[in-house]
Amino acid sequence: MSERSDYEAGSHVGADRVPGSREERTVAREVRGYLLGLGFAIVLTIASFWADQTHEIYRSGVAVALLVLAVAQIGIHLVFFLHITTAPDNANNILALAFGVLIVCLVVFGSLWVMLHLNHNMMPMDRLLQMQR
Amino acid sequence: MSTPALPLAHDPAFGPVGIAPGQASGHGAGGPAPKRIVVGYGFWIFLLSDVIMFSAFFAAYAVLFKNTAGGPSANELFGLRNTGTETACLLASSFTCGMASLAVGVRSQKWTQLALLVTGLLGLAFIVLELREFTGFVARGAGPSRSAFLSSFFTLVGCHGAHVSAGLLWLGTMMAQFYAKGFRQDIRHRFLCFSLFWHALDIIWVAIFNLVYLVGALPPELLP
Repeated sequence: MSERSDYEAGSHVGADRVPGSREERTVAREVRGYLLGLGFAIVLTIASFWADQTHEIYRSGVAVALLVLAVAQIGIHLVFFLHITTAPDNANNILALAFGVLIVCLVVFGSLWVMLHLNHNMMPMDRLLQMQR
Repeated sequence: MSTPALPLAHDPAFGPVGIAPGQASGHGAGGPAPKRIVVGYGFWIFLLSDVIMFSAFFAAYAVLFKNTAGGPSANELFGLRNTGTETACLLASSFTCGMASLAVGVRSQKWTQLALLVTGLLGLAFIVLELREFTGFVARGAGPSRSAFLSSFFTLVGCHGAHVSAGLLWLGTMMAQFYAKGFRQDIRHRFLCFSLFWHALDIIWVAIFNLVYLVGALPPELLP
Protein backbone atom coordinates (compact mmCIF):
# COMPACT_ATOMS: atom_id res chain seq x y z
CA MET A 1 0.00 0.00 0.00
CA SER A 2 1.47 3.30 -1.00
CA GLU A 3 1.95 6.16 1.39
CA ARG A 4 -0.31 8.31 -0.71
CA SER A 5 -3.49 6.30 -0.24
CA ASP A 6 -2.50 6.14 3.41
CA TYR A 7 -2.55 9.92 3.62
CA GLU A 8 -5.86 10.29 1.88
CA ALA A 9 -7.58 7.44 3.69
CA GLY A 10 -9.62 9.62 5.98
CA SER A 11 -10.94 11.73 3.19
CA HIS A 12 -12.89 9.09 1.31
CA VAL A 13 -13.43 6.10 3.55
CA GLY A 14 -15.06 7.70 6.56
CA ALA A 15 -18.54 9.17 6.43
CA ASP A 16 -17.24 12.69 7.07
CA ARG A 17 -14.88 14.86 5.18
CA VAL A 18 -13.05 17.98 6.16
CA PRO A 19 -12.97 21.18 4.19
CA GLY A 20 -9.91 20.99 2.00
CA SER A 21 -10.04 17.26 1.31
CA ARG A 22 -10.56 16.19 -2.25
CA GLU A 23 -12.66 13.58 -3.94
CA GLU A 24 -10.97 13.09 -7.28
CA ARG A 25 -7.82 11.06 -7.32
CA THR A 26 -5.62 12.12 -10.21
CA VAL A 27 -3.46 15.19 -9.90
CA ALA A 28 -4.43 16.37 -13.39
CA ARG A 29 -8.10 16.42 -12.48
CA GLU A 30 -7.39 18.25 -9.25
CA VAL A 31 -5.27 20.87 -11.01
CA ARG A 32 -8.11 21.30 -13.50
CA GLY A 33 -10.51 21.89 -10.60
CA TYR A 34 -8.30 24.61 -9.13
CA LEU A 35 -7.83 26.20 -12.57
CA LEU A 36 -11.59 26.22 -13.08
CA GLY A 37 -12.07 27.90 -9.70
CA LEU A 38 -9.36 30.43 -10.50
CA GLY A 39 -11.01 31.18 -13.85
CA PHE A 40 -14.44 31.75 -12.27
CA ALA A 41 -12.89 33.94 -9.56
CA ILE A 42 -11.03 36.06 -12.14
CA VAL A 43 -14.19 36.53 -14.22
CA LEU A 44 -16.20 37.58 -11.14
CA THR A 45 -13.44 39.93 -9.96
CA ILE A 46 -13.27 41.62 -13.36
CA ALA A 47 -17.08 41.85 -13.39
CA SER A 48 -16.97 43.63 -10.00
CA PHE A 49 -14.41 46.19 -11.14
CA TRP A 50 -16.27 46.66 -14.43
CA ALA A 51 -19.62 47.19 -12.67
CA ASP A 52 -17.97 49.79 -10.44
CA GLN A 53 -16.79 51.92 -13.36
CA THR A 54 -19.28 51.37 -16.14
CA HIS A 55 -22.25 53.48 -17.09
CA GLU A 56 -23.77 50.61 -19.08
CA ILE A 57 -25.90 49.44 -16.15
CA TYR A 58 -28.34 51.31 -13.94
CA ARG A 59 -25.99 53.16 -11.61
CA SER A 60 -28.20 53.06 -8.54
CA GLY A 61 -28.14 49.26 -8.68
CA VAL A 62 -24.34 48.99 -8.69
CA ALA A 63 -23.98 48.65 -4.90
CA VAL A 64 -26.43 45.73 -4.87
CA ALA A 65 -24.72 44.20 -7.91
CA LEU A 66 -21.38 44.33 -6.04
CA LEU A 67 -22.96 42.57 -3.04
CA VAL A 68 -24.31 39.82 -5.31
CA LEU A 69 -20.95 39.44 -7.10
CA ALA A 70 -19.17 39.20 -3.73
CA VAL A 71 -21.49 36.44 -2.53
CA ALA A 72 -21.06 34.59 -5.85
CA GLN A 73 -17.27 34.77 -5.65
CA ILE A 74 -17.28 33.62 -2.02
CA GLY A 75 -19.35 30.62 -3.17
CA ILE A 76 -16.79 29.86 -5.90
CA HIS A 77 -13.95 30.00 -3.36
CA LEU A 78 -15.80 27.71 -0.94
CA VAL A 79 -16.49 25.09 -3.62
CA PHE A 80 -13.26 25.08 -5.65
CA PHE A 81 -10.63 26.04 -3.04
CA LEU A 82 -12.09 24.85 0.27
CA HIS A 83 -13.89 21.87 -1.34
CA ILE A 84 -17.14 22.37 0.55
CA THR A 85 -19.79 20.40 -1.30
CA THR A 86 -23.39 19.34 -0.74
CA ALA A 87 -22.42 15.65 -0.55
CA PRO A 88 -23.64 13.76 2.53
CA ASP A 89 -20.07 13.37 3.81
CA ASN A 90 -19.87 17.17 4.02
CA ALA A 91 -22.97 17.56 6.19
CA ASN A 92 -21.05 18.63 9.30
CA ASN A 93 -19.06 21.27 7.43
CA ILE A 94 -22.18 22.64 5.74
CA LEU A 95 -24.10 22.80 9.02
CA ALA A 96 -21.28 24.68 10.74
CA LEU A 97 -21.04 27.03 7.74
CA ALA A 98 -24.80 27.61 7.75
CA PHE A 99 -24.73 28.53 11.43
CA GLY A 100 -21.79 30.87 10.80
CA VAL A 101 -23.66 32.56 7.95
CA LEU A 102 -26.71 32.96 10.21
CA ILE A 103 -24.64 34.73 12.89
CA VAL A 104 -22.89 36.92 10.31
CA CYS A 105 -26.24 38.03 8.86
CA LEU A 106 -27.66 38.71 12.33
CA VAL A 107 -24.62 40.80 13.32
CA VAL A 108 -24.36 42.81 10.08
CA PHE A 109 -28.01 43.39 9.18
CA GLY A 110 -29.09 43.61 12.82
CA SER A 111 -26.49 46.32 13.54
CA LEU A 112 -27.42 48.27 10.42
CA TRP A 113 -31.14 48.02 11.17
CA VAL A 114 -30.83 49.16 14.79
CA MET A 115 -28.30 51.91 14.15
CA LEU A 116 -30.08 53.42 11.15
CA HIS A 117 -33.32 53.57 13.15
CA LEU A 118 -31.48 55.19 16.05
CA ASN A 119 -30.03 57.78 13.68
CA HIS A 120 -33.47 58.37 12.26
CA ASN A 121 -35.14 58.92 15.64
CA MET A 122 -32.31 60.93 17.16
CA MET A 123 -32.80 64.63 17.87
CA PRO A 124 -30.63 66.77 15.56
CA MET A 125 -27.29 67.47 17.20
CA ASP A 126 -27.67 71.28 17.37
CA ARG A 127 -30.96 71.00 19.25
CA LEU A 128 -29.48 68.40 21.59
CA LEU A 129 -26.65 70.81 22.42
CA GLN A 130 -29.13 73.65 23.01
CA MET A 131 -31.03 71.55 25.54
CA GLN A 132 -27.89 70.96 27.53
CA ARG A 133 -27.25 74.66 28.05
CA MET B 1 -12.58 0.18 -4.15
CA SER B 2 -9.86 -1.47 -2.12
CA THR B 3 -9.57 -0.72 1.54
CA PRO B 4 -6.72 1.75 2.00
CA ALA B 5 -4.06 1.34 4.62
CA LEU B 6 -5.08 2.50 8.04
CA PRO B 7 -3.16 5.60 9.02
CA LEU B 8 -4.19 5.44 12.65
CA ALA B 9 -4.14 1.67 13.21
CA HIS B 10 -1.14 2.06 15.51
CA ASP B 11 -2.79 4.78 17.53
CA PRO B 12 -4.70 3.39 20.52
CA ALA B 13 -6.55 6.65 20.90
CA PHE B 14 -8.59 5.91 17.83
CA GLY B 15 -11.07 3.10 18.01
CA PRO B 16 -10.88 -0.32 19.60
CA VAL B 17 -8.51 -2.87 18.10
CA GLY B 18 -10.18 -4.83 15.34
CA ILE B 19 -12.23 -1.98 13.96
CA ALA B 20 -10.37 -0.15 11.31
CA PRO B 21 -10.20 3.53 12.23
CA GLY B 22 -10.39 4.33 8.54
CA GLN B 23 -13.88 2.81 8.55
CA ALA B 24 -15.13 5.09 11.29
CA SER B 25 -18.22 6.94 10.23
CA GLY B 26 -17.79 9.76 12.71
CA HIS B 27 -21.35 9.11 13.84
CA GLY B 28 -20.51 6.49 16.42
CA ALA B 29 -20.11 3.36 14.30
CA GLY B 30 -16.54 2.14 14.08
CA GLY B 31 -15.16 4.54 16.67
CA PRO B 32 -14.28 8.21 16.44
CA ALA B 33 -13.56 9.85 13.12
CA PRO B 34 -9.93 9.77 11.92
CA LYS B 35 -7.66 12.45 13.32
CA ARG B 36 -7.38 14.21 9.96
CA ILE B 37 -11.15 14.75 9.98
CA VAL B 38 -11.18 15.91 13.60
CA VAL B 39 -8.30 18.35 13.07
CA GLY B 40 -9.78 19.80 9.90
CA TYR B 41 -13.26 20.12 11.37
CA GLY B 42 -11.98 21.81 14.53
CA PHE B 43 -10.01 24.31 12.48
CA TRP B 44 -13.04 24.93 10.28
CA ILE B 45 -15.02 25.86 13.42
CA PHE B 46 -12.21 28.27 14.41
CA LEU B 47 -12.26 29.86 10.94
CA LEU B 48 -16.01 30.39 11.16
CA SER B 49 -15.58 32.11 14.52
CA ASP B 50 -12.91 34.31 12.91
CA VAL B 51 -15.38 35.17 10.14
CA ILE B 52 -17.95 36.14 12.79
CA MET B 53 -15.37 38.47 14.37
CA PHE B 54 -14.81 40.07 10.95
CA SER B 55 -18.58 40.43 10.52
CA ALA B 56 -18.66 42.63 13.65
CA PHE B 57 -15.95 44.86 12.10
CA PHE B 58 -17.92 44.93 8.82
CA ALA B 59 -21.04 45.97 10.74
CA ALA B 60 -19.14 48.75 12.55
CA TYR B 61 -17.73 49.97 9.23
CA ALA B 62 -21.15 49.95 7.55
CA VAL B 63 -22.70 51.88 10.43
CA LEU B 64 -19.90 54.48 10.60
CA PHE B 65 -19.34 54.75 6.84
CA LYS B 66 -20.87 58.24 6.51
CA ASN B 67 -19.41 59.67 9.73
CA THR B 68 -16.45 61.36 8.09
CA ALA B 69 -16.42 64.32 10.54
CA GLY B 70 -15.53 66.70 7.74
CA GLY B 71 -12.53 64.57 6.76
CA PRO B 72 -11.93 62.70 3.50
CA SER B 73 -14.63 60.25 2.38
CA ALA B 74 -14.14 56.79 0.90
CA ASN B 75 -14.86 58.19 -2.54
CA GLU B 76 -11.93 60.63 -2.28
CA LEU B 77 -9.46 58.14 -0.78
CA PHE B 78 -9.71 54.76 -2.49
CA GLY B 79 -7.61 54.08 -5.56
CA LEU B 80 -8.91 51.15 -7.57
CA ARG B 81 -5.61 50.37 -9.27
CA ASN B 82 -3.98 49.51 -5.95
CA THR B 83 -7.00 47.46 -4.85
CA GLY B 84 -6.96 45.56 -8.14
CA THR B 85 -3.29 44.65 -7.75
CA GLU B 86 -3.82 43.53 -4.16
CA THR B 87 -6.77 41.39 -5.25
CA ALA B 88 -4.74 39.77 -8.03
CA CYS B 89 -1.88 38.97 -5.61
CA LEU B 90 -4.14 37.36 -3.04
CA LEU B 91 -6.19 35.40 -5.58
CA ALA B 92 -3.04 34.06 -7.25
CA SER B 93 -1.57 33.12 -3.86
CA SER B 94 -4.76 31.23 -2.99
CA PHE B 95 -4.33 29.26 -6.22
CA THR B 96 -0.65 28.49 -5.58
CA CYS B 97 -1.56 27.42 -2.04
CA GLY B 98 -3.92 24.90 -3.64
CA MET B 99 -1.05 23.74 -5.86
CA ALA B 100 1.09 23.33 -2.72
CA SER B 101 -1.53 21.06 -1.15
CA LEU B 102 -1.54 18.94 -4.34
CA ALA B 103 2.28 18.78 -4.17
CA VAL B 104 2.03 17.61 -0.55
CA GLY B 105 -0.47 14.98 -1.71
CA VAL B 106 2.09 13.50 -4.12
CA ARG B 107 4.99 14.00 -1.67
CA SER B 108 7.05 16.26 -3.91
CA GLN B 109 9.44 18.29 -1.75
CA LYS B 110 10.55 20.40 -4.71
CA TRP B 111 7.05 21.41 -5.84
CA THR B 112 5.79 21.88 -2.29
CA GLN B 113 8.60 24.30 -1.47
CA LEU B 114 8.26 26.11 -4.80
CA ALA B 115 4.47 26.52 -4.53
CA LEU B 116 4.73 27.69 -0.92
CA LEU B 117 7.51 30.14 -1.84
CA VAL B 118 5.38 31.68 -4.60
CA THR B 119 2.39 31.80 -2.22
CA GLY B 120 4.51 33.60 0.37
CA LEU B 121 5.96 36.11 -2.11
CA LEU B 122 2.48 36.98 -3.41
CA GLY B 123 1.24 37.37 0.17
CA LEU B 124 4.24 39.59 0.94
CA ALA B 125 3.49 41.73 -2.12
CA PHE B 126 -0.07 42.13 -0.84
CA ILE B 127 1.15 43.29 2.59
CA VAL B 128 3.64 45.74 1.05
CA LEU B 129 0.92 47.25 -1.17
CA GLU B 130 -1.45 47.54 1.78
CA LEU B 131 1.16 49.17 4.03
CA ARG B 132 2.03 51.62 1.25
CA GLU B 133 -1.63 52.53 0.92
CA PHE B 134 -2.03 52.98 4.69
CA THR B 135 1.06 55.18 5.03
CA GLY B 136 -0.19 57.21 2.06
CA PHE B 137 -3.52 57.77 3.84
CA VAL B 138 -1.81 58.80 7.08
CA ALA B 139 0.48 61.18 5.16
CA ARG B 140 -2.61 62.84 3.67
CA GLY B 141 -4.04 63.41 7.14
CA ALA B 142 -6.44 60.49 6.82
CA GLY B 143 -5.15 58.34 9.67
CA PRO B 144 -7.32 56.19 11.93
CA SER B 145 -7.85 59.06 14.40
CA ARG B 146 -9.29 61.43 11.77
CA SER B 147 -12.90 60.22 11.80
CA ALA B 148 -15.15 57.35 12.88
CA PHE B 149 -15.23 56.24 9.25
CA LEU B 150 -11.43 55.99 9.09
CA SER B 151 -11.19 54.29 12.51
CA SER B 152 -13.53 51.54 11.39
CA PHE B 153 -11.81 51.30 7.99
CA PHE B 154 -8.35 50.82 9.50
CA THR B 155 -9.69 48.33 12.06
CA LEU B 156 -11.40 46.18 9.44
CA VAL B 157 -8.76 46.21 6.70
CA GLY B 158 -5.87 46.29 9.19
CA CYS B 159 -7.23 43.22 10.97
CA HIS B 160 -7.26 41.36 7.65
CA GLY B 161 -3.70 42.56 6.99
CA ALA B 162 -2.63 41.33 10.44
CA HIS B 163 -4.12 37.93 9.62
CA VAL B 164 -2.19 37.79 6.34
CA SER B 165 1.03 38.75 8.17
CA ALA B 166 0.47 35.98 10.73
CA GLY B 167 -0.27 33.63 7.83
CA LEU B 168 3.10 34.52 6.26
CA LEU B 169 4.93 33.56 9.47
CA TRP B 170 2.95 30.30 9.58
CA LEU B 171 3.80 29.66 5.91
CA GLY B 172 7.50 30.10 6.65
CA THR B 173 7.38 27.60 9.50
CA MET B 174 5.49 25.13 7.28
CA MET B 175 8.21 25.36 4.62
CA ALA B 176 10.88 24.78 7.28
CA GLN B 177 9.00 21.83 8.80
CA PHE B 178 8.44 20.11 5.44
CA TYR B 179 12.11 20.64 4.65
CA ALA B 180 13.47 19.44 7.99
CA LYS B 181 10.98 16.72 8.94
CA GLY B 182 9.52 15.57 5.64
CA PHE B 183 5.87 14.73 5.01
CA ARG B 184 5.08 13.43 8.49
CA GLN B 185 1.42 12.97 9.29
CA ASP B 186 1.21 15.61 12.03
CA ILE B 187 2.94 18.14 9.78
CA ARG B 188 0.49 17.39 6.97
CA HIS B 189 -2.34 18.05 9.43
CA ARG B 190 -0.78 21.42 10.28
CA PHE B 191 -0.49 22.18 6.59
CA LEU B 192 -4.15 21.27 6.05
CA CYS B 193 -5.04 23.90 8.68
CA PHE B 194 -2.71 26.44 7.08
CA SER B 195 -4.25 25.98 3.62
CA LEU B 196 -7.77 26.38 5.07
CA PHE B 197 -6.61 29.55 6.85
CA TRP B 198 -5.09 31.00 3.69
CA HIS B 199 -8.16 30.29 1.53
CA ALA B 200 -10.43 31.77 4.23
CA LEU B 201 -8.35 34.99 4.24
CA ASP B 202 -8.94 35.28 0.51
CA ILE B 203 -12.69 34.92 1.12
CA ILE B 204 -12.57 37.78 3.65
CA TRP B 205 -10.67 39.86 1.10
CA VAL B 206 -13.36 39.21 -1.54
CA ALA B 207 -15.88 40.79 0.84
CA ILE B 208 -13.50 43.68 1.61
CA PHE B 209 -12.62 44.63 -1.96
CA ASN B 210 -16.23 44.46 -3.12
CA LEU B 211 -18.04 46.01 -0.17
CA VAL B 212 -15.37 48.40 1.19
CA TYR B 213 -13.26 49.50 -1.79
CA LEU B 214 -15.59 49.18 -4.78
CA VAL B 215 -18.77 50.33 -3.02
CA GLY B 216 -16.74 53.07 -1.29
CA ALA B 217 -15.41 54.32 -4.63
CA LEU B 218 -18.92 54.92 -5.94
CA PRO B 219 -20.11 58.53 -5.97
CA PRO B 220 -21.96 59.25 -2.68
CA GLU B 221 -25.29 59.98 -4.35
CA LEU B 222 -25.47 56.35 -5.59
CA LEU B 223 -25.28 54.88 -2.10
CA PRO B 224 -28.37 54.07 -0.07
